[in-house]
Amino acid sequence: MAGFFSRLKAGLSRSNARLNAIFVKRMLDEETLEELEDELIAADLGPAVAERIIEQFRDTSFGQDVTSDEIKDTLAREIAKVLEPVAVPFTPDPARKPHVVLVVGVNGTGKTTTIGKMAHYYRQEGKSVMMVAGDTFRAAAVEQLQIWGERVNAPVIASKTGADAAGLVYDGLKRATEEKADLLLIDTAGRLHNKSALMEELAKIIRVMRKFDDSAPHSVLLVLDATTGQNAIEQVRVFRELVDVTGLVVTKLDGSARGGIVIALAEQFKLPVHLVGVGEKAEDLRPFSADEFSRGLLG
Amino acid sequence: MFEQLSSRMSRVFEGLSRGGKLSEADVSEAMREVRLAMLEADVALPVVRSFVAKVKEKAVGEKILEGVSPGQAVAKIVNDALIESLGGAGVAPLNMAASAPVPLLMVGLQGAGKTTTAGKLALRLAGRERKKILLASLDVQRPAAQLQLQQLAQQAALLTEGRVASLPIIAGQQPVEIAQRALEAARREGFDVVILDTAGRLAIDEALMNEVREVRDVSRPAETLLVVDAMTGQDAVNTAQAFKDQIGISGVVMSRMDGDARGGAALSMKAVTGAPIKFTGSGEKLDALEEFHPERVAGRILGLGDIAGLVEKA
Ligand SMILES: Nc1nc2c(ncn2[C@@H]2O[C@H](COP(=O)(O)OP(=O)(O)OP(=O)(O)O)[C@@H](O)[C@H]2O)c(=O)[nH]1
Ligand SMILES: Nc1nc2c(ncn2[C@@H]2O[C@H](COP(=O)(O)OP(=O)(O)OP(=O)(O)O)[C@@H](O)[C@H]2O)c(=O)[nH]1
Ligand SMILES: [Mg+2]
Ligand SMILES: [Mg+2]
Repeated sequence: MAGFFSRLKAGLSRSNARLNAIFVKRMLDEETLEELEDELIAADLGPAVAERIIEQFRDTSFGQDVTSDEIKDTLAREIAKVLEPVAVPFTPDPARKPHVVLVVGVNGTGKTTTIGKMAHYYRQEGKSVMMVAGDTFRAAAVEQLQIWGERVNAPVIASKTGADAAGLVYDGLKRATEEKADLLLIDTAGRLHNKSALMEELAKIIRVMRKFDDSAPHSVLLVLDATTGQNAIEQVRVFRELVDVTGLVVTKLDGSARGGIVIALAEQFKLPVHLVGVGEKAEDLRPFSADEFSRGLLG
Repeated sequence: MFEQLSSRMSRVFEGLSRGGKLSEADVSEAMREVRLAMLEADVALPVVRSFVAKVKEKAVGEKILEGVSPGQAVAKIVNDALIESLGGAGVAPLNMAASAPVPLLMVGLQGAGKTTTAGKLALRLAGRERKKILLASLDVQRPAAQLQLQQLAQQAALLTEGRVASLPIIAGQQPVEIAQRALEAARREGFDVVILDTAGRLAIDEALMNEVREVRDVSRPAETLLVVDAMTGQDAVNTAQAFKDQIGISGVVMSRMDGDARGGAALSMKAVTGAPIKFTGSGEKLDALEEFHPERVAGRILGLGDIAGLVEKA
């Protein structure tokens, strides 16, 4: 976990410098509150959520003589409180053979990479993992997942680009069940939530998979890019309506984006945030920690 | 959200007091809503601040023409300023003023849409302008990245009588070497344009930023295009600043404008880099690339689908 925090820190150093300049003051006054609010807006919480958090903060701490560290700590704790209920670890059900995970999201957020990382993690735990290259649309998406399969030593069920994704997923589920795999990770093509034909295709994948096992998928993970702004709210809203998302993964938190939209999402949807991505390598996956995330947000 | 903002803005605009000139109070009230609309559209905070200050200065004391409501007058000023800040009317063409093969360099964060955009540009230049294009992937980071570009080149070749090709992949070769090999091959084989696709990189990753600077120095691109996702939030300013400072940017491409993001990152990008937004991506297919039209994006950022209507009266 130390790695996660220091990587976050490295990404945040510039904004931290700005924030620290605010915190040399000793009194929590109007001006300080306003600057804090701006800082939250700059972390993508959105103007409304930022204002609400600062309002609460004003009620508890306004006018007090506090050190810069105390202000930071208190505000981080305030934010962590919003996030704690959604910081739920991802735990595959050992009774399922396999536990079926469908991974969805808009284009380029990090779905395929997250699957590779998850496969790596559970392989290291000694579990048998299989993957389905369900992105039969994008150029070399199949090969991308196959390389991950070689890297982490787990089989990838694939067909050619252009093949029917739902049929492939059905075959994959059948094979993983026959082989009694612990975990089946299903990749899907990136799709924008406002394209109804593509969203319907995702619903079809689930329908077809249920012909084999009506309890599947056991988890539907929506992968969000931490650099995304307010549009993430629409992404979650629409994906959740169509495919019953069970949890979120936030990627690219190793960059300078702080992913503050997660706070707005936690307030509005209360969906578990299971995992965060902090790099492009197999080991760059961490459980989501409300405390570390909040501190990373403020520096 | 669109309707809500729209009606809220119109209400403020309608509520402005009638009179000969726009008062400070009128304008301040309207600007509060503009600020909020822009933040909700993901325009970065410092960019919002300077935009609002500029517009306010322009609007206060402005004479209102006969038959025009104060709301219409302010809406027009805001809209005009936004179009201006996005680059002004008209499109910014690619700079091809270099001797063949003209190198174009694609850069940006991970997953922004660089490789797809490289394929789209190849199709466009080979199709409309009948140029011969060589695509070269310098991405030795992401699994199957070179194969992805190769497959896109094959798709584009089919649509252009073979005028698009990709540089043969040599396993183990590093980005700078690949760039040099691409330029040599393009020269030798008579290509008009060589498009260099690079691995996604974080603005704070010094090693990778150094590497792409080296690529730039050996290839001397006519255009260095920063590809940015239209859904990008406040971090757009950090990305823009870092790529501008460390590599130098000649143009911006906004990908995924086919989504429903309001696209405020476009304004942040333009404000920070000063480089024109040259294209927008509107889909995953190779023909989904459009020239950038500031006037369309302005209405989208303000969340005023009907701003054109509101403004027409002014
Ligand atoms: N820095 C960083 N890069 C990441 C992370 N997760 C994924 N990436 C990179 O983001 C880019 C896109 O990742 P993919 O896994 O291909 O994303 P995807 O959602 O499968 O994309 P599509 O299938 O095209 O929709 C790749 O270059 C990844 O290496 C992360 O946590 N940090
Ligand atoms: N809907 C839509 N999808 C796009 C657009 N441009 C690119 N994409 C998709 O976004 C995803 C990522 O695109 P890539 O071209 O692989 O992005 P990249 O910047 O090369 O990614 P890395 O090399 O991993 O950094 C793919 O699924 C593309 O199909 C666009 O304009 N609209
Ligand atoms: Mg993928
Ligand atoms: Mg790429």
